Order: sequence, then structure tokens, then C-alpha cells
Amino acid sequence: MSGSDVTRDGVEGARPGRDALTGAHAGRRRRRRGRGRGERAMVPDAEFSSYYGKPILNKPTWKPLDIAGYLYLGGLAGASSLLAAGAHATARPALARTAGLGAAGAVSLSLAALVHDLGRPGRFLNMLRVFKPTSPMSVGSWLLAGYAPLTVVAAATDVAGRYRPLGTAATVSAAVLGPAVATYTAVLVADTAVPSWHEGHRELPYVFAGSGATAAAGLALVCAPAGQTGPARRMAVLGALLELGSFRLMKRRMGLAAEPFENGRARTLLRAAETLTSVGAALGAGPGGRNRAVAAIAGAALLTGSAALRFGVFHAGIASAEDPKYTVLPQRERLAAAARSQEPGGAPPAS
Amino acid sequence: MTDNTEVPGANRLSGPQPEVARAAGYPDAPPRMGFFTDTSVCIGCKACEVACKEWNAIPEDGLELTGMSYDNTQGLGADTWRHVAFIEQRKPLGGQEPGVGHEAVDVFAAAGALGTSPSSPGPGATAPAPGGGSAAAPGDGPPAAAPAGEISPVAPEGRTELRWLMSSDVCKHCTHAACLDVCPTGSLFRTEFGTVVVQEDICNGCGYCVPACPYGVIDQRPDDGRVWKCTLCYDRLGVGMEPACAKACPTDSIQFGPLDELRERAADRVARLHSAGVADARLYGADPGDGVGGDGAFFLLLDEPEVYGLPPDPVVTTRDLPAMWRHAATAAASLAALAVVSFARRPR
Repeated sequence: MSGSDVTRDGVEGARPGRDALTGAHAGRRRRRRGRGRGERAMVPDAEFSSYYGKPILNKPTWKPLDIAGYLYLGGLAGASSLLAAGAHATARPALARTAGLGAAGAVSLSLAALVHDLGRPGRFLNMLRVFKPTSPMSVGSWLLAGYAPLTVVAAATDVAGRYRPLGTAATVSAAVLGPAVATYTAVLVADTAVPSWHEGHRELPYVFAGSGATAAAGLALVCAPAGQTGPARRMAVLGALLELGSFRLMKRRMGLAAEPFENGRARTLLRAAETLTSVGAALGAGPGGRNRAVAAIAGAALLTGSAALRFGVFHAGIASAEDPKYTVLPQRERLAAAARSQEPGGAPPAS
Repeated sequence: MTDNTEVPGANRLSGPQPEVARAAGYPDAPPRMGFFTDTSVCIGCKACEVACKEWNAIPEDGLELTGMSYDNTQGLGADTWRHVAFIEQRKPLGGQEPGVGHEAVDVFAAAGALGTSPSSPGPGATAPAPGGGSAAAPGDGPPAAAPAGEISPVAPEGRTELRWLMSSDVCKHCTHAACLDVCPTGSLFRTEFGTVVVQEDICNGCGYCVPACPYGVIDQRPDDGRVWKCTLCYDRLGVGMEPACAKACPTDSIQFGPLDELRERAADRVARLHSAGVADARLYGADPGDGVGGDGAFFLLLDEPEVYGLPPDPVVTTRDLPAMWRHAATAAASLAALAVVSFARRPR
């Protein structure tokens, strides 16, 4: 080490672009508070230290098709149960059958996706080994264990045309559990250390509720005769408003953790979701909504838009777990804020 | 402590919890055990990694040369329960004299004076602690704040200042462990020692604990489907042995023992390092008031946590779970109301 390490080719041992910038040398410029965050994919405006850029979190091992698909199907099923019960009560038999079958089919598919995603599918019954309110997945398993048979009974009695009182009871019970099935999935993903999921824990249930409503309305628009889809068309509009409104609010409140929603695949999916949902709701609610073909197009757009939203949220979460920036910077900011509020001018807390 | 077996509800999800094993249902729990990893004496030998793999029969998970540093393990995961981080910095460790290339210095004259002057304790030594002395330079008791020695007066532009940081990372065995909280099967459980362990015959591989961990510790073994992590050698603890990594550590960088004792020892060590001029020394995960209620395995670090790949201010995600359930309930009610409105007849 004592000789000069400067050679004709530059500093010996220094490989350009491969220096691990660590500690004080990496700098810790604070992110400036700016308005309008979240609308554009921005150049990262803050430097931070990391361990060779490696993620701090282990990213979810969930398969996108299984789990994002499950989030989608859960919302579709839950809101469809509401439509089914409403249609049942207001004597719209075709809408009731469509929504009832949709709920039973969606929840069955979602259960299959859940079991398929397990590392040990043969042990899926272990989900019902305990009941833990601290585990949204445990709560969800029990919820689905109650809800799925109800939807199947409701749909089966409707199709068979027998045991009507039992069918009515099952339809009503499914409608009671349905909203919980549609919204608990937001808690499922928010109750993680994944920044872009956890930071949205206040608004995400509303996003998922709205998205479930648009999906259920979409299914009804595609399958049910136009004469009975009035409630579905209104549900599409209300659901789209709830979904898009709370999603915007969420992104505004999330700070840096909103950035993954505006980058890469998540951005594409969420843009598509926004467009499809808006167009679907507008088409369905407009005067053309009574036209069978227009209703089918609107319904398909709503169904696709809702799915795109869940996949977009899923992929944004993965991206936020993969980049240490989203773990380190908000936590640094939190520490700095705590230090500022506790002892002005004092020394920062010992970590 | 003054409490009986009743658990204060406020401490279930976050905040200090001095009786973590009792809170989990062990009325006569032994003292909480843990690790204190003093990275200031870690030499990066990876004996802990090897001992852990050997004792726990962890499968090989790829022999890869990263090219980024001496660290080819990269991080904790299903098949890596101890991970030695390696960081090279252009920064002096503490009170040592930076710079080693000094052509103008007469090394023979300096060598002749070696040991005769308190300011020349020897090349590369850290400044000795005032009074009690330190592990780095025991015996000689020079006055505090020894002036820069004659051997290396100035580092030219600071160019040769360098330090290596090495740190053996491990599962933190949090007081409020998110992995345990979110496990839907009860496979993850709290032991009588206050540690967090996966029951491999229960785990169904749902993978929920993986993104729940704020430290990125637990992970799924792809071919096996289940999740795995450090058990703090539960099998060895049960028969009064110390965990394999601590046993193998040649410098006592990994210290195992009752957590209370370790915390005292760690506070003492930080104070000693500070007085020796290592101003960067700080404890990580030792504060019971932090976002996870304090770690069962905590660290003495020489730089910011994120430099070692650790989150600077981790918070157990379930701290916010009551709020999440409330929001979900309100959202569910909104959805139901939305449906009712959809079916309501329009105003005439």
C-alpha cells in the first residue's frame, strides 16, 4: 500500500463505476419536500446509503397470477354477493343468478389460487389450525371458510330452483360477509413491511372496495339482460368513483412510497386500470348502457380494469421491496422528524 | 415484573415488553436470551456462517462470486441464517493515525522510538482508552487524547484513509415479531427463551412472514416450499448450550447470553469505544422503545444501519393493524352502502 497507486490507466484497483459508496462518502442529502409528487416518474432526488444497493427486505414470494388474481377474485366475489342479494330482494332474477354464480365461481377460483400458491399445498388445512386476529391471512381463511360454502349453496339452490328458503338465507349471509371478503385483502397486503403496500393501509381498503364493486358491476353488465342491470350500472359509477378517488388520495398521502406506482409495469397496469374503469363506468352508465353490445363492452372494460388495478398494486409493492430506497429514506425521514420534535437542536437519537 | 401473568394489552402489538416469554404464555420462563453482535471486533472470518450451516444442516444455496466485495453470501435468507457483511470505506476507524504511505518519514528512527512514546503505540493501533485501557491496547496507560504521532502526521488528501467494516447479521428475534404475528398457521411461535422459531412440520408455505419481516430475514426455500430462519439454536438452548455461531466466533464478536446482561455489556462497550475515539460506535436494536420493542439480537455498529443493509428505523407492521382493521371495516360498510344506494330507486 505504500507505493503510489496512481498508474497510467488511472488509480490502481479502482474499477470505474464499481465503487461501493458507503457511509458518509455516499452522502445523505435529504429529500426536498415537493408538491405534485406522484404524477411523474421522477429522477431519484435523494442519495442514501445502502449495502451495495441490495434490498433490505425480502420481497414477497407470492406468485403474481395467484395472489394478485386472488385479490381480484375476492373483490369480484364479495361485491357480486351484494349485487345478488339486492337483485334477489328487488325481484331481478337474471341479475341475481349472474351475480350469485359469479360470486361462487370467483371465490372457488380464488381458493384454488390460494392453495396453489402455498409452498406446501397439501397442508392448506393448517390455515384453520388457529384463529389469529393479528394475522389477516388467518382471519381471511376463516372468512372464506364461512363465505365460500354460502355462495355455493346460494348459487346451487338458485340454479336448482329448490330449497328456496335455504337459498335466501345463504344469499343474505353471503351478502353480509361479502364486503369483508372484498376489503380484508387490502389489510392482507398492507400488513407487511412492503413500503408501497403498508403506507397505503388507510386508503387501500377503499380502493379495493371500489375496485370490487366495478368488477362485480362489470360481470353483471356482461352477463345479465339489460333490463335488469340498472343497479349494476349505478354500482359501476359509484365503485369507479370510490376506487379512483381513494387511490389518488392514497398516492398523495404516501410520500415516497407512491413512486413505485408511477414506474415500470405497475405504471402501465394502473394507467390501464384507470382508463378502463373510467371508460367502462361511463359507457355503462351512459344512454348506451341499455344496448346489449355496449353493456358487454363496458362490462369487459370494468372487469379488466379491476384486474389491472390489483396486478398494478401487486407489482408496485414488489418493486418497492426490491429497492432499498423505499425502505431507508422514509425511515430516515421519520427519525429526523422524531429528533426534531423531541429535542430541538439536540443530538440525534442513538439509532 | 410487578404484573401477574396478565398481559397489558397495549404491549401486545408494539412498545416495550419486558416479559416477552411470559406474555406469550410461559408462566415460569427462563430469562430472555439473545445475541449481542459487537461488530467492532468482527474479523469477517465467517466461522459463524459455517457453524450455523453445519449445526442446523442447512442446504447449500449456490456458490456465487459477487465481485462486489469479500461478501459472497449477500444476505440472509432461507438457507443463510448468519450473514457476514463486508464494507470497505475511505474513512478512518476512530483514533488511529490515517495514512500508511509516508516516504518522508525515516522509518528506522521511528522504529527506534517505538514504544518509548505514548504517541507511538505501534502502526495501525487505535488510540488507547484513557484510564482503564481497551481491548485494542491493554496495559499501557497513556494520557487521554494522545496527539497525532510522529509516524504519520498527515494523510495526503485523506486518500489512504480506509476501514473495513464487518458485521455478522442474524434474525433479530424481535420483541414484537411481525413474522410471528402474521403467521396464519401458528407455525411461528415464541419460545420460553423469548426467541422466535418456525415449526417446520406446521408451516404450509403461505409465505406471509416473508414480506412481513422489516429486516428481510425469513425467506422461503423454493424446492421445499416452507420458510426458514435462525432458531437461535433452540435445540442447543434447550440443553444449556450456546448457539453454534456464538460458540464458533473466535473474537467474541457474537456474544450470547441473557438479554439484560448483554444490554449492560453493550452499553459499557459503546462508552469504552467512544472514549477511545471511535465516535461512530452506536447500538442498533438495543432500545426496548423502538419500533419492534427491541431486538433479541442486537448490534454494535460503526456506521449507519443502512450501510450494513439494516433498516434505520424498523417498525413492526402489526403496530398499525388495529387501524387497518378499522379502515377495512369502514370500507366494507361503504361498499355495502354503495350497493344499497345502487338498488335504491332514484328520486322522482
